[in-house]
Amino acid sequence: MNYSNLFRIAIRALIRNKLRAFLTMLGIIIGVASVIAMLAIGEGSKQKIRGQISSMGTNMVMVMPNFQRRGGVSLGSSSSMALKYTDVVALRSEATDISSVSPEVRASGQVIYSNQNTQTTIYGVSEEYLSIKKLEIISGRFFNANELKNMSKVCVLGQTVVENLFGVKADPVGLSIRIKNLPFLIIGTLKDKGESGMGQDEDDLILAPYTTVQRRLAAIDYINGIYASALSEEKSPAAIAEVTEILRRTHKLKESAENDFRVMSQSELLKTVSSITDVMTYLLGAIAGISLLVGGIGIMNIMFVSVTERTREIGLRMSIGGRGKDILKQFLAESIILSILGGMIGVIFGYLLARLAGSLMSTVAIVKTQSVFLAFIVCFIIGVFFGWYPARKAANLNPIDALRYE
Amino acid sequence: MNSTIIEINSLRKDYHVGEVTVHALRGVELKINEGEFVAIMGASGSGKSTMLNILGCLDKPTFGDYLLDGINVNTMNKDAVAKLRNQKLGFVFQAYNLLARTTALENVELPLFYNPKVRSKDRKEAAVKALEAVGLLDRMHHMPNQLSGGQQQRVAIARSLVNNPVLILADEPTGNLDTRTSFEIMELFQDLNEKGRTIVFVTHELDIARFATRNVMFKDGKIYRESAVSERLNAREILKTLPLEAIEEFD
Ligand SMILES: Nc1ncnc2c1ncn2[C@@H]1O[C@H](COP(=O)(O)OP(=O)(O)O)[C@@H](O)[C@H]1O
Ligand SMILES: [Mg+2]
Repeated sequence: MNYSNLFRIAIRALIRNKLRAFLTMLGIIIGVASVIAMLAIGEGSKQKIRGQISSMGTNMVMVMPNFQRRGGVSLGSSSSMALKYTDVVALRSEATDISSVSPEVRASGQVIYSNQNTQTTIYGVSEEYLSIKKLEIISGRFFNANELKNMSKVCVLGQTVVENLFGVKADPVGLSIRIKNLPFLIIGTLKDKGESGMGQDEDDLILAPYTTVQRRLAAIDYINGIYASALSEEKSPAAIAEVTEILRRTHKLKESAENDFRVMSQSELLKTVSSITDVMTYLLGAIAGISLLVGGIGIMNIMFVSVTERTREIGLRMSIGGRGKDILKQFLAESIILSILGGMIGVIFGYLLARLAGSLMSTVAIVKTQSVFLAFIVCFIIGVFFGWYPARKAANLNPIDALRYE
Repeated sequence: MNSTIIEINSLRKDYHVGEVTVHALRGVELKINEGEFVAIMGASGSGKSTMLNILGCLDKPTFGDYLLDGINVNTMNKDAVAKLRNQKLGFVFQAYNLLARTTALENVELPLFYNPKVRSKDRKEAAVKALEAVGLLDRMHHMPNQLSGGQQQRVAIARSLVNNPVLILADEPTGNLDTRTSFEIMELFQDLNEKGRTIVFVTHELDIARFATRNVMFKDGKIYRESAVSERLNAREILKTLPLEAIEEFD
């Protein structure tokens, strides 16, 4: 029997049982759709997070105080006093693999303008901070060395703070606000950055000279972190090593002592996040894959029922000249058609599902051609694998026994 | 014209059911020539169906030779036997055995699907011709459940004809039909036989057997009498005498 005949016979047999064929396909449709959707969502969020991390500058190096533990209780990194401004000075004068260095001192509190108020974080930084974090001034200016030295009460606002206090698109440069009851002059505003990958508002901040924040707002003598730029992304590992070496020296740590700080680079973070999202994607894919397997078993189940139910038909086909292998091919063709057709519908549904989920979760869902190909190959294998056994059973029947079957 | 189409020598068939062995056929000798119209008769359980299934290559004998058109079937492998069924034989069943939800035309086409030499255009043509031969041209797009029993059996006969077989075998083809319809089927068989087809059929009805040219009586798995039909009936003539509304058929 040639293949177009085979195909036609299988199609006719399936059409004769449309509803059953559809229900069988449903398992495959759901399985493939969920695999496609899950992989697309995983891939989409991975690329989104990567994009956001890269937009912060891939050559950024961060220094945080190490978690201090007392009696096993973490006090959090911000409560550590390990980092001092002298560390910044040491890095500026000694490190060769980094270009600019800025301290960061954080204070949070209420900010008031006339009858409006908002809660935000005030970052005390130096002039280099803008270029390290890839921030841009959209109106006014950033503070200068003089204002840093004099602990001037000047500040630069992020767009969320501008909106909260002055309304959308307002330009408050030259106005005064009260931060924790101290009057500050607004000298500039930042261009908005949008939401970060972790759902954080990157524009909800105020920048001020670190001296002002450290002394006047937080009243501390240490700093919360150091930000620096490695000369290039490739130099990041070297920069980490150099920073570590310099800080251990300035902190006078013994050989055996652990670091009381942590150095991380953005590119390292990117790798970590990528591997986490990859694992997440595979995990989602695997869970969806199980439903595909269940769909395949559904096909096998239906094919068995079909063989039993159609035993007399098989007997008739044999009595008019169908060979065992013709019967085998027919049943295999049926199961392959079911699984491939189910796969095609599943891909379409998966794509729609991915787009729907993407818009609900405000990420983009990216359907890769590889996953579509993979879905088809898996469907074909499922069709052959789960169709083979029932088809074999049908092919081995004796014509007269099949005809007499009741 | 008188060449031998079937030759059977000391044929035996045993069925094993658990511990019991049923001797369905216990040494059958039979010769059938081309152009014959043979009725196999006998009581229920005498081995008629077993005989016919072996003639139709649906079953294999336990012992003995079966030569079909000069070929020894016993030595052939499964696929070769399937090819034989496809190209030399036509089988008609008591229960019609049509594919449900499949048009008459498609049912008749079916054997040709299994013949790689037949192209799709010729396949349809041959099926239409076979349906024409059984007088069902106007029903070719009907499904089996839209046809009467007699019409379904005609479709089955068209299916057995479509591959131009050397031999048509029918196991109680009129067993499910009323008298008038039975005669119509016999009329069809007589027509086909006149055109040169060899036909072997099973029946347990004496009057149906009288449409054949030869009767073979089975008893306990053996042939106990063979006879040429002396006063052969002509189905067309009888149908003319039967009332159209056949009321007496509540048998
Ligand atoms: N598949 C089978 N298994 C066991 N015994 C069978 C089988 N088919 C037929 N027989 C037995 O063989 C004998 C002949 O049966 P069969 O050829 O069907 O008779 P008939 O068609 O003349 O009524 C019967 O005794 C029947 O019970
Ligand atoms: Mg019988």
